Amino acid sequence: MITYSALYILAGSLFAIFALLSVRDAHNPKRWTTGLFWALFSLSFLAGDYLGDLGNGFLVLSMAIVAGFGGLAMGKIVTSSSDERRVSSLRWGNWLLLPALMIPLITLGGTFSLKLITIGGVPLADPKQATLISLAMAAIIALVTALLLLRQPLVSPFQEGRRLVDTIGWAALLPQMLASLGAVFALAGVGKVVGDIATQWVPADNLMLAVVVYCAGMALFTMIMGNAFAAFPVLTAGVGIPFLIQHFGGNPAAVCALGMLAGFCGTLMTPLAANFNIVPAALLELKDRNLVIWMQIPTALMMLVINVGLMYWLAFD
Amino acid sequence: MLILLGVAVVIVGFALRFNPLLVVIVAALVTGFFAGLTPIEVLSAFGKAFNENRFVSIAWLVLPVIGVLERAGLQEQARTLISRVKAVTTGRLLLVYMAFRQVTAALGLVSIAGHAQSVKPLVAPMAEAAAELNNDALTDHERERIRAMTAATDNVALFFGEDVFLAIGSILLMVGFLDQSGIKLAPLELSMWAIPSAIAAFVVHGTRLILFDRSLRRPVPKKEDGQ
Repeated sequence: MITYSALYILAGSLFAIFALLSVRDAHNPKRWTTGLFWALFSLSFLAGDYLGDLGNGFLVLSMAIVAGFGGLAMGKIVTSSSDERRVSSLRWGNWLLLPALMIPLITLGGTFSLKLITIGGVPLADPKQATLISLAMAAIIALVTALLLLRQPLVSPFQEGRRLVDTIGWAALLPQMLASLGAVFALAGVGKVVGDIATQWVPADNLMLAVVVYCAGMALFTMIMGNAFAAFPVLTAGVGIPFLIQHFGGNPAAVCALGMLAGFCGTLMTPLAANFNIVPAALLELKDRNLVIWMQIPTALMMLVINVGLMYWLAFD
Repeated sequence: MLILLGVAVVIVGFALRFNPLLVVIVAALVTGFFAGLTPIEVLSAFGKAFNENRFVSIAWLVLPVIGVLERAGLQEQARTLISRVKAVTTGRLLLVYMAFRQVTAALGLVSIAGHAQSVKPLVAPMAEAAAELNNDALTDHERERIRAMTAATDNVALFFGEDVFLAIGSILLMVGFLDQSGIKLAPLELSMWAIPSAIAAFVVHGTRLILFDRSLRRPVPKKEDGQ
């Protein structure tokens, strides 16, 4: 059965190649530390299950220190010039779109079909992991198609991949780091403290204010945790169920669904939701790494008000 | 209460723009300290969670193919295509993309688009090219705002589309949590309450996209000057 383990070997090998290319790049002023960073990332993928918890902890700590004290630099960019790209785009035309469109289509097809294919009663891929496995398969098939169809050199996937990953830099690690911080917060009981504070703030005689505390609390706590999934159990146990559902008699489905969406408004406004807000800023080479968040804030605030209104009008008959 | 100092470290650290990786490590250590954990215990918990969350970084496997396609001129082709469409503007293009992303996310197809596989190589260059058709002197700042708005549109559409789908992570999380609390609900009951917000998000963000066009359009400077 194909599981994430196979993908980790793939990703580990890819980052090992990025590390090698970085170290060999004499144009990179920080080639040794840049190479070390990607090598450690590679090690995490390849050997993470054998390093033990503390070993993994030291691995992350080393990566954070290397990147945090400016150890990453851009390597020499080996890619086509803008003139070459223009000529190439005229030559290949819409064929260029084919591999790009194969990524979503194969991901889609794989997500549905991988679960159905069984060999000796065992599914070909772990059904819970089918989406990411399909995405990885789609990336490989699209890559092979692009290399053959568009006659690109065999070394280009690694050079181009390194160009993009160098552009992203330390932000490539941030989503996984923040997920781990959430685990430490959970272990330390941050959620319970926040839930208790929120509970104290809820007025038992004013429905509108109680709805505002729940929704704004979801948005704020999501901004702190970077993830509405972490905020939902805390605020719903502290405010949603005891006050809105039991005390004021709200419809549980409407209260919870709209509460989660209020949390999503918080996701749009925080740098801690790194894979949505910080990584694209790096990918799109924006000077202000918070610019995506600034563009989202007006929509997020208006949607927060709308979700409060919808909950107030729809959840309490 | 002191446990929340770790949260304060995150807020202050991000606000003062220290390197986020270091901020996260310090926040974890501070939180652990006030929760009575030793640094070794914190580091172990952190390392364990880091290892368990490796799947978050699997998405980087698409970088090589995206890079190769860019090398072969994909962004240029995206620009060429969009400039052939009459009456296209950045706002209208993003409005169409938003509708597509919201509807597919509502059908559970959240991984078919994203920042690495569609925003960077396709939609952002198209949005920039569409703006160039209506304004021949885009500043760098305007270009960055266009790209940021493209990423923002992807996020808004995804967040306010996916919860309409029954089997998305957040819906299943709610069902599981409520079940533990003694409230039995079917996924459908939850997901249908996401529909009004999905429509509202399309109206609110769509309006902003149309207004965004106005901020990009600049009156063509007059050639002749009376004086």
